[in-house]
Amino acid sequence: MEIPYTIENRPDTGIYNAKLGIWLFLASEVMLFGGLFSAYVLLRVGAEPGMWPHGWLNVTLGTINTLLLALSAITTLLAWAACKVRDFGKFKFFHACTILLALTFLGIKSYEYHDKWIHYEIALANGKFADGHLVEKSADFDLAKKIGTVTIHGRFVEDRKELMDLRSPEAQSAKLEEHTIAAADIKKLENYGPKHNTFTAIYFTLTGLHALHILGGTLVIAYLWGPGSRMWRRDPERFTNRIEVSGLFWHFVDLVWIFLFPVLYLT
Amino acid sequence: MNDSVDQFPPYREPDDHHGHHESHEHHEPGFWSKHIFSTDHKVIGIQYGFTALCFMLFGFFLMLLMRWQIAHPGHAVPILGSLLHSIVGDMAPMAKDAAGQFTGYCISAELYNSFGAMHGTIMVFLGVVPLAFAAFGNYVVPLMIGAPDMTFPRINMASYHAFFLGGVVMLVSFFIPGGAAQAGWTSYSPLATTIPTNGQAFWLIGMVLLITSSLLGAVNFIATIIQLRAPGMTWMRMPFFVWAQFVTAFILLLAFPPLEAAGILQLMDNVAHTSFFLPTGLAVGGQLADRSGGGSPLLWQHLFWFLGHPEVYVLILPAMGIVGEVIANNTRKPLWGYKSLVYSVLFVGFLSFIVWAHHMYLTGMGQRIATFFQATTMIISVPSVIILTCMFLSLWGGSIRINTPMLFALGFLPMFGIGGLTGLPLGLAAADLYLHDTYYVIAHFHYVVAPGTIFALFAGVYFWFPKITGRKMNEFWGRVHFWCSFVFMNLVFMPMFAQGIKGMLRRMSDGAVNYSAARVPNAIDALPGSIMELNTWILWAAIALGLAQIPFIVNLFHSISYGEKVTSDNPWQATTLDWQTPTPPPHGNFAHAPHVLHGPYEYSAPGHATDFTPQNEPAEAPAAAPRPQPAH
Repeated sequence: MEIPYTIENRPDTGIYNAKLGIWLFLASEVMLFGGLFSAYVLLRVGAEPGMWPHGWLNVTLGTINTLLLALSAITTLLAWAACKVRDFGKFKFFHACTILLALTFLGIKSYEYHDKWIHYEIALANGKFADGHLVEKSADFDLAKKIGTVTIHGRFVEDRKELMDLRSPEAQSAKLEEHTIAAADIKKLENYGPKHNTFTAIYFTLTGLHALHILGGTLVIAYLWGPGSRMWRRDPERFTNRIEVSGLFWHFVDLVWIFLFPVLYLT
Repeated sequence: MNDSVDQFPPYREPDDHHGHHESHEHHEPGFWSKHIFSTDHKVIGIQYGFTALCFMLFGFFLMLLMRWQIAHPGHAVPILGSLLHSIVGDMAPMAKDAAGQFTGYCISAELYNSFGAMHGTIMVFLGVVPLAFAAFGNYVVPLMIGAPDMTFPRINMASYHAFFLGGVVMLVSFFIPGGAAQAGWTSYSPLATTIPTNGQAFWLIGMVLLITSSLLGAVNFIATIIQLRAPGMTWMRMPFFVWAQFVTAFILLLAFPPLEAAGILQLMDNVAHTSFFLPTGLAVGGQLADRSGGGSPLLWQHLFWFLGHPEVYVLILPAMGIVGEVIANNTRKPLWGYKSLVYSVLFVGFLSFIVWAHHMYLTGMGQRIATFFQATTMIISVPSVIILTCMFLSLWGGSIRINTPMLFALGFLPMFGIGGLTGLPLGLAAADLYLHDTYYVIAHFHYVVAPGTIFALFAGVYFWFPKITGRKMNEFWGRVHFWCSFVFMNLVFMPMFAQGIKGMLRRMSDGAVNYSAARVPNAIDALPGSIMELNTWILWAAIALGLAQIPFIVNLFHSISYGEKVTSDNPWQATTLDWQTPTPPPHGNFAHAPHVLHGPYEYSAPGHATDFTPQNEPAEAPAAAPRPQPAH
């Protein structure tokens, strides 16, 4: 026996099954990201005074990514509208744009991750701190045996706190130069990975989970664009529903970024 | 509203779609597609039920080993000792008697801790929830609302597979070096991160899979109940069980994701060495931990209990639903106060989201917050009491049929009553300060879940067994099972109230020997010998409780092939749609698309020839011969 309302709306609820399903799924996604955002709030309020970073992320890249996703929301909508008016060619074009925009977003995101990955904070034996991007490590570099050198493009500071607010006038005017530091002078060397502090931890977790959602959404849209689009000839109405449902998910993922961007980049 | 539904027949004729890709299901499926990759809600329900019962038995054995350790700390475990040693190695070290003679293998404190954590996890997430929600819900809900299947059959299958995989990950963690998770089923940080075993990472990955599973299940249940109700099945004509499952699904949908978030964060702490839940200056083993710090242990507790408390209602609401069905059927009269039951269950579902911090009075979160949660906790007991009262009042004036399902349902009422009422002191901050983390807490929630929920689940198994197999389970052994379980459950859990009130702490791997008057005679609050002795009594009661399940297990499997055959599709003479199907229900469930004409509990309606009027039968028509049987 066939399951009813897979395509047409149930008259008294006014919705078809998959659309209800995705809205329910999105409700749980709201709770998932809600949990993580509340973790962000608690960590930020609980941080020691002056130890919550500001201006660590590249606002320009963040803005570009925001615009990319906003644009992809529009192309997703247009792709669905093209299906509605039964214009398959336009659908193909607009969703190709969506996929390209999503991949560009992921590319920029990976560049940002890489930028953090090669950014090092070095606690020196004399109590000062060196901070900057890694230029090179000498071939024999071994921190435990205290041999070799490491070269960074950055600066020295007296106190870790100076590294926290990069929007401050002092940090803005600081000169970044190449410095070579001997392993013997280094107490601890750590990149800006998730374990660096609670900010990088929540940054990588939130944006990582969001990037996974982007990746998943892209895979679904690519499937519907490629092999999945064969359904168009057999059952265009059902296919249009699929585009609508995957579009709802995509809009949600965009919306999450609209919250992530100000929370992580702008404050 | 009814009219608009009636105008639209929900089913298309199956013939319309011959040649369609879904029509392959009309052919005889092979073993794999029938039993493993089935998308039929009934098969998935049975898969869930069978797996969950196995996990419950396994969790029970973990508990037996723990009870042995509590009663005889450091003594060799009889029968299972060498098996234990061969599985977990040095975590089950050699035990020696006073003369230094090797007597067998005993349970180390680490092993005890991992059994404690895994007993809780397995019983809650792999036993009771899958059985109460996924198994009964999958099998019964589509039948009760007159649907051909769940809305998303393939997602339903994926849900079971994620659940199964999660269970496998949990079981595998027993075999890794360092053993399974040891930080309790609540996995409080920083303990969960600092214990040197990867078991915690396995636990978290397993939990993420289980959460995914229940998320897929919850979406499916809600969509099914909203979209696939048969014509005429209006909201207020739905059986109470369906309402209970509906609210449960919403709780799972919205309460589980924050735990998933917490799980991801703790996994980051354990694997990527972040400090989400680790405070600044954390020392491990006398050494300053190599962590950035700055995290908040309290955050974990908030995120955990935001799920943890609604989870309690996930455990209890389906059970209440089952009990409601069984009671209405066996008192031969409508459930008393159907509407108040429905509104209560909705109210419970809503309130369950704002009571979580009553688990955290001792964390120093502040008196004002404690006051708020104390108030909501007291308020949530009101709808629970309304539900229980409605069930009790339903018995009044009924011509009660006593059979095994009814016995278990009747047993549920006082047992859940004890469990619920003993929870009130825990909801009040002042009393909780003393009782927190004692055996009183264990007794309280086990009364809710074990003789409460699990009794209701037994009632459900005995009740729906004839629909699933076409045979009844043996009545005599059913009663033996009930009475033995009833007596021994109480003998296991009642003494724990006394132990808790005397101050015996939970989670002590030596059964609190170090706090006994025999060990520290001069301490004024040392545990007296009478309290310590109860440990031995509980052990024997637990063993007897285990033996009392043998009649059930044998009865269950024996009755599948040899039970008394039912002569009608509706052996209990029930009104709900699940009994108006062929037995067992075929793929697609109904011989004729059902058309619902009245409410769920039309028992003993005046003027009707029989004392029950099925929901799809006209009220005035006399009960006809058995409904036409399709060939199957």
